[in-house]
Amino acid sequence: MAGIPHDHYEPKTGGEKWLYRRLPIVGLLYDTLMIPTPRNLNWMWIWGIVLVFTLVLQIATGVVLVMHYTPHVDMAFASIEHIMRNVNGGHMIRYFHMNGASLFFVAVYMHIFRGLYYGSYKAPREVTWIIGILMFVLMMGTAFMGYVLPWGQMSFHGTAVITGLFGAIPFVGEAVQTWLLGASAVGQPALNRFFSLHYLLPFILLGLTIVHVWAFHTTGNNNPTGVEVRRTSKEDAQKDTLPFWPYFVIKDLFALALILVVFMIIVGFMPNYLGHPDNYIPANPLATPSHIVPEWYFLPFYAILRAFTADVWVVMFADWITFGIVDAKFFGVLAMFGAIVVMALAPWLDTSSVRSGRYRPMFKWWFALLVVDFIVLMWVGAMPAEGIYPYISLIGSAYWFGYFLVILPLLGVIEKPQPQPATIEDDFNAHYGGSGDGKAAAPTPAE
Amino acid sequence: MRLFARWTGGFLPCRQPAIGLEQNPRAQGPLARTGPRNMEMFDVSHADDSQGTRRDFIYYATAGAGAVATGAAVWPLVNQMNPSADVQALASIQVDVSALAPGDQLTVLWQGKPVFIRYRTETEIAQADEVDVSSLPDPNAENANLANPDAPATDENRALMAPEGSGIEPAGAFLVQMGVCTHLGCVPLGESGDFHGWFCPCHGSHYDTAGRIRKGPAPRNLPIPLAAFVDETTIQLG
Repeated sequence: MAGIPHDHYEPKTGGEKWLYRRLPIVGLLYDTLMIPTPRNLNWMWIWGIVLVFTLVLQIATGVVLVMHYTPHVDMAFASIEHIMRNVNGGHMIRYFHMNGASLFFVAVYMHIFRGLYYGSYKAPREVTWIIGILMFVLMMGTAFMGYVLPWGQMSFHGTAVITGLFGAIPFVGEAVQTWLLGASAVGQPALNRFFSLHYLLPFILLGLTIVHVWAFHTTGNNNPTGVEVRRTSKEDAQKDTLPFWPYFVIKDLFALALILVVFMIIVGFMPNYLGHPDNYIPANPLATPSHIVPEWYFLPFYAILRAFTADVWVVMFADWITFGIVDAKFFGVLAMFGAIVVMALAPWLDTSSVRSGRYRPMFKWWFALLVVDFIVLMWVGAMPAEGIYPYISLIGSAYWFGYFLVILPLLGVIEKPQPQPATIEDDFNAHYGGSGDGKAAAPTPAE
Repeated sequence: MRLFARWTGGFLPCRQPAIGLEQNPRAQGPLARTGPRNMEMFDVSHADDSQGTRRDFIYYATAGAGAVATGAAVWPLVNQMNPSADVQALASIQVDVSALAPGDQLTVLWQGKPVFIRYRTETEIAQADEVDVSSLPDPNAENANLANPDAPATDENRALMAPEGSGIEPAGAFLVQMGVCTHLGCVPLGESGDFHGWFCPCHGSHYDTAGRIRKGPAPRNLPIPLAAFVDETTIQLG
């Protein structure tokens, strides 16, 4: 399966051989689980497993919640309260599901920024990256539609705002919005279909997860040095790698256990900390909550959406050059989706031949600034759109686009990278005191 | 002979070895023959051949029919998401405004959306009248009741005229407009904002006392729906 030479599954007993000739599923599982994995992976390589765990957690708790939920405008809110008060253990199941969404986004942002720092998006891993971004978009859609289901004040007016984004598309916007909502306003048709899609999309995510794993099992994992595993021979490859089972499984499970401790504390003691109290008020079409903000994980992109108002010169220019087709509202929508598109294009925007940020002295600082920028955008997205905040979100948005569209292409040309280790083995031995002569007899787990 | 083979689309294998040899004179012996013969079978059906064959025609016809059938099958699945008949049935409602005094606002739900019905004070009307229409971000009245779709956004073109004998002073004191922000669809708050009209808390759009956008991200004035006084104290929407 992998391009890295390694031992494959050999059926030994009669029964194994019988099955192998008919369905080589044991071989597939064996090769997947025993995949040679760079031995120098650090703690930022645990988020993939956390994401898989969270997807399973969300599907399991979600399927159970559906047994008690009613997708009707008159009953949805009451059925959520029914889960919270009457269903055996229902409040905990719902709190797991609610906060599971937050865990999902913590993990996915860590996972994405890991990829951005260590150049995991670069050739030959572009397809893995693109599928990943696609999954991120689907995750956001799923999370949004899930937030609509309790039919509280934030659910209702959040839906009005988000479907309004599609209404901003020139010419066809209104028709698209009506089509999405099934009516001219948010109501029963919207709630019913969002429920259907909220149930469907996680399974599409599950399918994409398999494709995502398949893609990077074909190219092999990236690693903190960005240096490829040697494929010259099985022996060389073994000096650079360790099998995923048991070494990385144990490591990932240990990390997952620590993360779940924090998760359990939040679920058990502060389950509503990350939510909005307004969503415990039943939906009322006649009054918008005084301060409407999306969930924390949407805030950076929400800030970008709000940043481009009609008095910004790029917006005025776009308005003028397109004869008014791209107005401020549509520009904001384009910017929000564009912020994700530029991320997807990173493999082609980054001109540096050095993969890992570890050996790129200038890139390091620009990347650190991007992380800060992301956090600032998250903070400013939660602030009201007045005073100094619109300026901060405008600067933050400008840097986000600047990083991908200007800095990444330029750095590859002007930056002088530091020397990289010749092999993963060298890097590993330099850190963990190996003999350095190529003997990989002592299988010390990575980090 | 070659043309005949083309038109039969390679279905006559007895013809093929000869054609293969013809094309590739170096191929000799029974084994060498099989290669060119197989290639010829593919050659015959190539769509990029300048002379279309019957097989090409069948390919295109099949692909075309397949595309149409797929479209016909998918369209109902897409169209089911459009508003259903009961949603489309346009309801018009009548609202009793006899209890309103100057400065009062009534918010009613019409076709799933809020509608603001405001009995404005003289100060509010005066404030709205002072504005130079050409300086507005949206100089259009956005009023569905006007015959001219490009009517300027004067206060007169925005207000709903009360019938004589209703006791409403002045006649254009009533403002009936959709309570849906033209930015992203939040419900603006009344008697607030920099222009003492409406303020959308979601993204900071300010509307004046005639419901016209003055500041913030919203692109258009609050739209005015079809509305009319059916008697002295009742407004019909729709």
